[in-house]
This record gives sequence, structure tokens and C-alpha cells, in this order.
Amino acid sequence: MSTVTVQLFASYVESFGGPTLEIPLDPGSTVGDLVHSIRSLPGAYVLPESPRVAVNRRFASFDQVVDPRDEVALIPPVAGG
Amino acid sequence: MRRSAIVTRAIDPATLMAEVQSTEFGAISVFAGTVRDTNDGRSVTAIDYSAYTSMAESELESILAEAQDRFGVMGIVAEHRVGTLAIGDVSVAIVAAHAHRGPALDCTRFVIEEIKKRVPIWKREHYADGAREWVDPTARRVATT
Repeated sequence: MSTVTVQLFASYVESFGGPTLEIPLDPGSTVGDLVHSIRSLPGAYVLPESPRVAVNRRFASFDQVVDPRDEVALIPPVAGG
Repeated sequence: MRRSAIVTRAIDPATLMAEVQSTEFGAISVFAGTVRDTNDGRSVTAIDYSAYTSMAESELESILAEAQDRFGVMGIVAEHRVGTLAIGDVSVAIVAAHAHRGPALDCTRFVIEEIKKRVPIWKREHYADGAREWVDPTARRVATT
């Protein structure tokens, strides 16, 4: 089993206690599987029902397969403007 | 022409306007978002803006490309600032140029609405009582001080 690094930003850095998470990843794991794993961590109470995840700097659907080399980020509710 | 950027310096909407100015355009629509001094009844003294910069740059560029296709604007420029901004500072500016006012006005509205939905930028407000909170448009807030 490999791991993938998940980047965190803004309020999620404080909620999870750091700027990244290392999440175990089975071959063929999807964004949905990744979110399921993250939900077991302390701090995950801040996540909305369907948190937004970016893979390689694009918003990803929950059925997208994640590769350990992907750039993955958990995106808090955006508030630009 | 089209240009977008996430910047750490002050934004001057007049400079952006000059970028798109041409005698062929009858309308240049300018939108500037500024830091206001209250939110939800609380006195705000400053706002920290932060971003997932590489993705914010690509999302902003995608939004401008979509806007050009959708409204036929010939010139469009947008900048969003990050860092700590004071009350009254310009946080975002969008200019769109077209032969006629309708598409130019519709274009700037489209771009700011899409920025608010899609560009990974966050803000943490500083309040007069010393507290600081992340702004969550979905209404869940995380107190950090």
C-alpha cells in the first residue's frame, strides 16, 4: 500500500493540525475513498457532507481514481472576492 | 487580449482599465471588490487573504476564457490580491471591454460570481475585539483566536 500527500489550506490547516496529510492508498482508490479515510482523522468534524477535492489543480469527482503521484488538495469552502 | 493574476501588491483598477482600452470598444465594465468595515454586524479591521496559488491562477484563467467565449468580450483582465488587506483596499478587480455595454456588464458579473464559487481563495477576518475567524460562505465558522 502506498500513500498520497493531501494539501490543506486555511481553516483545514488548523482543524487537522498541519499543512498536509499522508493518507494510505490502495491501488485503484478514488477521491471518495480518500475522503472516507480522512473522515476518520481528528479534525474531520469540520468537513462538509461533500468536501471539495482537487487533483492536479482541478476539482475532482468522487469517482476519480487517485494516483500516489497526484497533487491532491482538500479545498475548504472558498471565499474569494 | 486576456490576462489574469493572483498578486501580493496593491491593485489599481485604472491600470487594468488602461490595459484593455481601445478605440474599437464602446464600453469598459470595471468591477472592484473592496474590504468593508463590517460583516454580520461585527466591526472588521483587516482581512487576511490566502490562496492555493497555482490552482487559483489556473481557475481564474479558465473563468476568463469561458467569459470571453460566452460574452464575446475582446479584452478582459482580472487580478485578485492575497495577503493582509486593510479596510478599503481593493481585493479583486475585473475589467471587460466590448463594443457595447450589455456584454461588458454581464461579463464582469459572471466573472466575480464564478470567482466566488470556484477560485481557491480564503479570507480570515480580523475583528475589533481581537478575534479572527475564517469566512465560510456556507455559514460554518471556525474560531481561531
